[in-house]
Amino acid sequence: MTVTASSATTSTREAGNRRPPALGGFSAPVLGIEIRRVLRNRRTLMFILVMPAVFFLLFGLPQRGQNLDNGLPVTGWIMISLAVYAAMVATTSAGAAVATERALGWSRQLRLTPLRPAAYVATKVATAMVLGLLGVLVEFTVGAASGVRMPAHVWVESGLTAWIGSLVFAALGLFVGYLAPAENVMQFMGPALAILAMLGGLFVPLDILPHAMQQIAKFTPVYGVGQLARAPLAGGGVDWAAVGNVAAWTAFFGLGAARLFRRDTTRV
Amino acid sequence: MTDTAPAVELAGLTKTFGTVTAVDGLSLRIEPGEVVAFLGPNGAGKTTTVDMLLGLARPDAGTVRVFGGTPGDAVRLGRIAAVMQTGGLLKDLTVAETVRMTAHFYGHSRPVTEVLERAGIADIADRPVGKCSGGQQQRLRFALALLPDPDLMVLDEPTTGMDVEGRRDFWQAIRADARSGRTVLFATHYLDEADAYADRIVLVRQGRVVADGTTAEIKNLAAGRVVRATLPGADQAVLAALPGVQSVEVRGDAVLVHTEDSDVVARHLLTRTDARDLEITSRNLEDAFLALTTAAA
Repeated sequence: MTVTASSATTSTREAGNRRPPALGGFSAPVLGIEIRRVLRNRRTLMFILVMPAVFFLLFGLPQRGQNLDNGLPVTGWIMISLAVYAAMVATTSAGAAVATERALGWSRQLRLTPLRPAAYVATKVATAMVLGLLGVLVEFTVGAASGVRMPAHVWVESGLTAWIGSLVFAALGLFVGYLAPAENVMQFMGPALAILAMLGGLFVPLDILPHAMQQIAKFTPVYGVGQLARAPLAGGGVDWAAVGNVAAWTAFFGLGAARLFRRDTTRV
Repeated sequence: MTDTAPAVELAGLTKTFGTVTAVDGLSLRIEPGEVVAFLGPNGAGKTTTVDMLLGLARPDAGTVRVFGGTPGDAVRLGRIAAVMQTGGLLKDLTVAETVRMTAHFYGHSRPVTEVLERAGIADIADRPVGKCSGGQQQRLRFALALLPDPDLMVLDEPTTGMDVEGRRDFWQAIRADARSGRTVLFATHYLDEADAYADRIVLVRQGRVVADGTTAEIKNLAAGRVVRATLPGADQAVLAALPGVQSVEVRGDAVLVHTEDSDVVARHLLTRTDARDLEITSRNLEDAFLALTTAAA
């Protein structure tokens, strides 16, 4: 019963080799595998890339030829709104993936590796932002191909705002992900995001809603990002209410996620 | 290896869940290079102990030291790795992707192809994890645990739910690996696994260590050995008076002596009597296991 028998050992059992990972385990190859993993999921692709594009073709194109008061096309207004929608669905679902990973016990497995919890979250946020960017780019490509014409600075500024603004939804995704250890969290987040997008004025202009509804809508999390992303097109200076909205919701979701995250990953 | 610290040192470890005491003042010391089975029935506190050893659960009392440091230190440096019972894999990654991703979480790791080979899953590297059998997933967990080339490998009931062939393949991989001098601690409730793969067995019941020794010692502890010889007209009284003898039985020309010290009986039979065809057999581990784990507290 000796298993410790001497046989040629290929193992390097030297303490000198041992070191914690650089950047706590955050690395580009891992990010690459994560992104490939998400892109392999047809349902996710459907929601973040195909659906917003189809929405544009269905609801945006019929408005072709109509202009805003400043002479810029209504289709641009719709395209930017839907780009915000695509980015928010993408970043929320990437953030909410932690729910699935907690349900599957992967987070527990990770605790047996040197990966730092902060590096894990950073990977999730980075994945979310890559997907969010993809969502914006696809929507803008579909828009451009369908004949949307706007000044170059509007494309760039609106695109960047829609993209960077979706960070608030990466935080929302993480918040929900740490709240609900369910594998199918996006099943209820999908409809919830659609309602938020509606209240945020991404699907229809808020002006057509009842007045009371409009007032409430201004305090919902999508409103601010939508307003800011369309500002380069609509013009009219800085909308401080929208800036406040984005700042407040980013702080709320970010702190909430951080709090739940700490509870989840407290080491002994 | 320059360390002189034990691989594992658990002292007075206690953990309660509500009114249930899962681990009750458990102490255990494992030296580097030992292959130890942590054997006990379901609910004996094995998994809770393993969780505390790995830093996944906090003890209510007592201390855990791994190579002289905390479990967290050992995890960060890749000195400890574990194969858990279930869960912990992403179904939508392939086997190779899972290993490649995990490799990047370590400061220093073995090559991906090498651990796939050693875990015996190189042929299914491109298979999605969700399409792997339970045994294949378990070998994938083993491959992940091999990545940091850990000094201590902990396996928690690694073959639960596997068929006979899966269990054999799995242990073959572990056994081939243990030759490198790695310390191995595995929790199991399969006696044959403890018997076949461990140098030392730590028997636990109700959160406490009830026996600790080599496989042979554990077998002896409860059941002793049986010395059988052909000896017509054996003097039962003399045999029964030998030290350590529990009982003497005569069956025709054969005599069977149950004893804690088979050497004394064998020496006596061979030097003082005409006994021939002498046989010494141990009771199997199952007898010891049952005797120790079902005895009243």
